[in-house]
Amino acid sequence: MTQPVLSVRNLEVEFVTRRATLRAVNGVSFDIAKGEVLGVVGESGAGKSVTGLAVIGLIDPPGRISAGEIELSGSRIDHLPPEEIRRVRGKRIGMIFQDPLTSLNPLYRIGDQIVETIRTHTNLSESAARRRAIDLLAEVGIPAPEKRIDGYPHEFSGGMRQRVVIALAICAEPELIIADEPTTALDVSVQAQIIALIKRLGRDHGTAVMLVTHDMGVIAETCDRVAVMYSGRIAEIGPVQEVVRNPLHPYAKGLMGAIPTLAGEDKRLVQIPGSMPRLSAIPPGCPFNPRCAFAFDRCRVERPEPIRQGTQSVACHLFEPAKETAA
Amino acid sequence: MLAFTLRRVLQAIGVMLAVGVIAFAMFRFAGDPVNQMVSIDTSAAQRAEIRHSLGLDDPVLVQFGRYFINALQFKFGVSYQFRLPVSSLLAERMPATLELAIVATILAMVAGILMGVYSALRRDTILARLFQAISLIGISLPTFLIGILLIYLFAVTLGWLPSFGRGEVVKLGWWSTGLLTVSGWKAIIMPAITLGLFQMTLIMRLVRAEMLEVLRTDYIRFARARGLTTRAIHFGHALKNTLVPVITVAGLQFGSVIAFSIITETVFQWPGMGLLFVQAVQNVDIPIMAAYLLMVSLIFVTINLVVDILYTVVDPRLRSTVGRAA
Amino acid sequence: MSDAVVPHRPQDHQPAAGWFKRALDSDIFYSFRRSRLTMVAAAITLLFFLLAIFASWLAVQNPFDPAQLQLINSRIAPLWTADGQSPFLLGTDEQGRDVLSAILFGLRISLAVGLAGVIFAGALGIALGLVAGYFGGAVDSVIMRIADVQLTFPAILIALLVNGVAKSLLGNRLDEMNTLGVLIVAIGLSFWVQYARTVRGSVMVEKNKDYVAAAQLIGLPAPKILLRHVLPNTMGPILVIATINLALAIITEATLSFLGAGMPDTMPSLGTLIRIGNNYLFAGEWWIVAFPGIALAGLILSINLLGDWLRDALNPKLR
Repeated sequence: MTQPVLSVRNLEVEFVTRRATLRAVNGVSFDIAKGEVLGVVGESGAGKSVTGLAVIGLIDPPGRISAGEIELSGSRIDHLPPEEIRRVRGKRIGMIFQDPLTSLNPLYRIGDQIVETIRTHTNLSESAARRRAIDLLAEVGIPAPEKRIDGYPHEFSGGMRQRVVIALAICAEPELIIADEPTTALDVSVQAQIIALIKRLGRDHGTAVMLVTHDMGVIAETCDRVAVMYSGRIAEIGPVQEVVRNPLHPYAKGLMGAIPTLAGEDKRLVQIPGSMPRLSAIPPGCPFNPRCAFAFDRCRVERPEPIRQGTQSVACHLFEPAKETAA
Repeated sequence: MLAFTLRRVLQAIGVMLAVGVIAFAMFRFAGDPVNQMVSIDTSAAQRAEIRHSLGLDDPVLVQFGRYFINALQFKFGVSYQFRLPVSSLLAERMPATLELAIVATILAMVAGILMGVYSALRRDTILARLFQAISLIGISLPTFLIGILLIYLFAVTLGWLPSFGRGEVVKLGWWSTGLLTVSGWKAIIMPAITLGLFQMTLIMRLVRAEMLEVLRTDYIRFARARGLTTRAIHFGHALKNTLVPVITVAGLQFGSVIAFSIITETVFQWPGMGLLFVQAVQNVDIPIMAAYLLMVSLIFVTINLVVDILYTVVDPRLRSTVGRAA
Repeated sequence: MSDAVVPHRPQDHQPAAGWFKRALDSDIFYSFRRSRLTMVAAAITLLFFLLAIFASWLAVQNPFDPAQLQLINSRIAPLWTADGQSPFLLGTDEQGRDVLSAILFGLRISLAVGLAGVIFAGALGIALGLVAGYFGGAVDSVIMRIADVQLTFPAILIALLVNGVAKSLLGNRLDEMNTLGVLIVAIGLSFWVQYARTVRGSVMVEKNKDYVAAAQLIGLPAPKILLRHVLPNTMGPILVIATINLALAIITEATLSFLGAGMPDTMPSLGTLIRIGNNYLFAGEWWIVAFPGIALAGLILSINLLGDWLRDALNPKLR
């Protein structure tokens, strides 16, 4: 097996507030291979975005990575000194944020922002960087890039701005792109284009992509594998067809039941009762147990560890063979 | 752009008209010019004659028109105290006030921006805390107390700097400047610090707050995610975005610096317009008060207008919306 | 490790015993207790208010009563210096007025003018803000235009003009009490804008909310709804503005008095005392100006500290 581009092991991220220490990410492990798109899905507050920020080293105080390891192509990046992690950001990991309207500095021409990024990470001259910027803009599908390069962000539409943001994220040919809800702020008609663009770029350049979203439709369409997060943990992770077609974790089942399909028009969409606990009030044991139809005593006291089930991995006591037969 | 400029100019004229009405009302109704000009034993007939010769028995609207036309030619009547035309009194005093205000503003901008940026970027250092403390003192100590303190320290106790006046001045045409002589510079140090301290505090706090606000924005987070150097983020992206509103405010504040110089000029007996105004208030010299109000308003309105127009040049977003509106 | 919440201290799960306990546990009180500086500032502010209230009992003489002043006692240095004389702890001025007594009575005037000015400004500003926000249209534009224009002029200039005009109109009838009134009006007219803007903004936001429409549907008059819902919502910002404006109002009064356009020598405020004392600075009689100056600076500084803290506590985003 080849070495994964990104390997995260037992990641924990804490936020220290005056009343308590909140653990936003609690023991998360996953890999992303070269050219693979991993979807990370879950409700808001499940820890998806925080995981992404932790990988790129942008957790600001009072938050901190309190445990675990993050490896990029085999070398650890979670405790690098600030200057070194800065060199990783933008160069080896590209990031795309949710809102393209606010991601670009309004006072700088977009060309200047791209050239600045290229020149931070390469030795290209000003004019070479500018040529590269025009190529990048063309690659992400901006028409007349040699003209638009001197425009200011406000002169672009939301979708076009997200394309500029993507150009900025890939301008140093990163090994990994983290896309944090890249389509949430966009019009529905533009969303599909942006997702297709990210997918194409990943394929063309062999880039690994971590796609954070709460939209199961996007996941099913785009990703190779998917991780379902709940209350700071990965409930289930596996190939996207398996997880969509045959979810194992009760929460994942509920989530998949909530996707409307053409085939099952007469079926009612399933709703999961209750809502995800707040970070300050996560129940002991499995965090999903108060909402779970299958919960039994053990779920209320013991935290389930991930268990392999074929190509999938699920953190649920229902799938622990030895103990279940014993009981 | 043209339409925008035109609209702003019209607004400015509107404000000046409003101030003109107030000034006229003060001039006409607050101080009865006749009473100020005559002695107690002047007969009623004589008073009426003076009243008539001054045009004070004309309809109010006619009087306002006359006052307005005179004001346009900088004719503000005669000072009760000095028996001299107000306009020549103001013209004589204006260079002193403007020089003081300009030196104080430059001082406040340079120190305020440096201190503000530092205390935003190095929030928990001792120096940043010291700056915060200075800024608190800057807004808490009344200007005149700071002036008195400086005088006591550097003039009375140490004897380094003069406690009043402008020092030696040089005439450049009608303009008199103190900035070409050593004694002139010595004389301006303490008044400029006194006058600039409050503005410096204001600018520092504004720079700090704006900078912290900007550092929290998405585009700064994205700039960090792009791996830009801290220096490029702080002094390129963050500072540029911070300075747009700061320069606007600092520019607008220049008007208040001129008005605040009333206090500084009184403490240091600085022979400017402010000192003239204070004496006018003390002696109920209405023509000077009305004229000062008009002059200061004119300076204010002009600055506001210039800043508004400059602002659109600095901020590309405004430039295009303005362009589209035009 | 199974629990994501690691509490710093044991949480008591009993139901809160009344508002007092809740207040003690609130974020505001927490930030208050955490800032030692704020606690000191609060204590000093309180002390100043008490000194002002009980000035007549604390002072060794009534500095406003010429009969109690004796010229033999003029220009005595503070008690701890070689030339000090009991009972004049902080020395006396050229009229034989005890500096400490003058400060206590001056403090009373400064605080009274400041408080009254702030209340006047607040009432005016809130009323105009409600009217502007509620009626909108032409009324709104006129009020806010005036506010815009006035905001570009420093308060001190407006206060001086109001003062000058009042002096000219009242002429000889301007005794101490009238001066006090003129000062309060001058300060009130100089500081109303911020209240008006805050209240207006809040009214504009609330006016379009569904609950107002709903309340109107069941027949409640809109003004009543706005008063009941908008005013409580804006109390936080208004309190902050009022606290910071109290410091500004006291500075403005002191400045006017210092410039000779405020309280007369016969009924001096802190600013008047500083103006009088300033004349004796070169003669070496520093105490006449120093102690009123320290009192004024201390008062304003502690009020400002309270205001700063209040602003940060009510709006944590600004920190």
